[in-house]
Amino acid sequence: MAIVFEKTKGLSNVETHYCPGCTHGIIHRLVAEVLEEMDVLPKAIGVSPVGCSVLAFKYFNIDFQEATHGRAPAVATGIKRVHPDKVVFTYQGDGDLASIGTAEIVHAAHRSENITTIFVNNAIYGMTGGQMAPTTLPGQKSTTSPLGRDPKHAGMPLKISEMFATIPGTAYVERVSVHDPVSIRNAKKAIRKAFEYQVAGKGFAMVEVLSTCPTNWGLSPVDSLTWLKDNMIPYYPLGNYKTLEEVK
Amino acid sequence: MEKVLMKGNEAIGAAAIKAGCRYFFGYPITPQNEVPEYMAKELPKHGGVFLQAESEVAAINMVYGAAGAGARVMTSSSSPGLALKQEGLTYIAACELPCLVVNVVRGGPGLGGIQPAQSDYYQATRGGGNGDYKLIVLAPASLQELTDMVQEAFDLADYYRNPVMVLADGMIGQMMEPVAFGEIPQWTLPEKNWATTGTDGDRAPNVINSLFLAPEELEALNIRLQAKYQTIKANETRCEIYQLEDAEIVFTAYGTTARIVKNAIKILKAEGIKAGLIRPMTLWPFPEAAYQALPKTVKCILSVEMSCGQMVDDVRLAVESKVPVAFYGRSGGMIPTVDDIVAEAKQLLGR
Amino acid sequence: MAKVTFNEDLCKGCELCSTACPVSIIKMDKTKINAKGYHPAAVEDMAKCLGCANCAMICPDVVITVER
Repeated sequence: MAIVFEKTKGLSNVETHYCPGCTHGIIHRLVAEVLEEMDVLPKAIGVSPVGCSVLAFKYFNIDFQEATHGRAPAVATGIKRVHPDKVVFTYQGDGDLASIGTAEIVHAAHRSENITTIFVNNAIYGMTGGQMAPTTLPGQKSTTSPLGRDPKHAGMPLKISEMFATIPGTAYVERVSVHDPVSIRNAKKAIRKAFEYQVAGKGFAMVEVLSTCPTNWGLSPVDSLTWLKDNMIPYYPLGNYKTLEEVK
Repeated sequence: MEKVLMKGNEAIGAAAIKAGCRYFFGYPITPQNEVPEYMAKELPKHGGVFLQAESEVAAINMVYGAAGAGARVMTSSSSPGLALKQEGLTYIAACELPCLVVNVVRGGPGLGGIQPAQSDYYQATRGGGNGDYKLIVLAPASLQELTDMVQEAFDLADYYRNPVMVLADGMIGQMMEPVAFGEIPQWTLPEKNWATTGTDGDRAPNVINSLFLAPEELEALNIRLQAKYQTIKANETRCEIYQLEDAEIVFTAYGTTARIVKNAIKILKAEGIKAGLIRPMTLWPFPEAAYQALPKTVKCILSVEMSCGQMVDDVRLAVESKVPVAFYGRSGGMIPTVDDIVAEAKQLLGR
Repeated sequence: MAKVTFNEDLCKGCELCSTACPVSIIKMDKTKINAKGYHPAAVEDMAKCLGCANCAMICPDVVITVER
């Protein structure tokens, strides 16, 4: 027998602080596997956000910078401009990217900064205890929308991938999910593509990954996968939103 | 040495490039616009990168990224812009990243005005950001000093792994004076083996981070930072002592205000009043010792500022009530005149 | 012929692996409590394992190694 699946060298041996069933762990692993398979771990530099994945720098086996809340794309810009030959990426949640950091991510895309962004959308603020995010669904309860999000009061959830597809500078935008093995395999392909765009110097590439938050959704990890599939995907359709040109 | 007539803001850019700075991230704001404009024109010629950020917030975080990646990097702005950079500055200080931040100060509070002021003394020396951190703050009084300080700032930053601020009032930024780009002392600098450059597969990952959830770890960082600040205080405190001997009144002022004060001292001297000046060149660390070693002839100290009284707080702390400390200032872009200062001094001395 | 191995002490008992298994052979071992305080995932009948790696693919904590 041969090993067909084992832990990637791109991850460190530090155990994550993520709650049981939180899909951040899957997404971390996919990014690390892609970097290993592309043989770019030695030249990879990650930027972690503020939010649940603030400690991502501990979990990857590569150089990392931890950014101020929302500013990961600006930090990544600074790194990439100094080291254009390195593989630079941001890993950001929905509070970080779609709320406090909208200016930085829009302008990194607008400049077509040659970086990769992994945008983890779980429709809630996890780290701070389940507050409403810009991506919280209508009617979805959170600690700051205790009766459910009222679009008249809080607006409709922000569709980041759709929005970024309209920015001239984006080279590649895709929305994926990690709620079952097939989706996870597709997510990995998209993440690989996003990094290939960077290596080919094509400009800004983003993968939005629909993710779960069992603890703050108040669901079991398994029920969270079903909730994502039944509620998030209808509002946030999976698929490719922008492909500038295919990268071979 | 050949002298060139330059505008202050351009001298900042030229000195930075001479010092090996190759990355500039900034956002337009008056009265410092000639700095980014100069860098946009000149940096590419030197293989560097000028990038106009979407905001001051983004610019300081680009500086964070580039400094963490091991580059000599700077940003410049003016007062309200610096207010926006404070969060980035405390992260930069916490992560011990070397960089230069120039503040060409304009009047405040709020949007204020675009005329020269010194009302960002608190913002520079107390830190507008959260936590116990310090910037090394240099305060030039002439364009030659500005040029020298900007060049040395990068060495200071690299040597101590600390952000350095050059606090230049709007007058320094906008006026023209001849400057010479001499060879500044070369520091022996530590290798940046902590920078995120990619592991190249031959070392453990480098991490730039200021999050320490364990209180023991965070306190350990603070203890280490405070020890470094003490070293900086011991080694890098600078000030000019001017005609202090037998002085009845000692002025204290920094930046261009100190030059106006020197003219006032001349006039007082002609009238038989002995006056001197303590001019802090580093605002942090503050030259406390200079105020402890006053001649016995000194009856009072007068802090003259283009603010409503900020540095005067540090003067009072340094003097420890041994001598009365008075304040005279103009604000909002108004500049104290020689006559005003002379009159104020005479009144204090009862002449 | 396939085999999955669990790094038991890293398991958080989230059960995602058991939902992903096409032959439903992964259960949380209620007779055990691991170092983290969870009932860890375990395979009841390894002979049925297809080696598809779905369990490893969905495990958020990289607990599982798959051989085939």
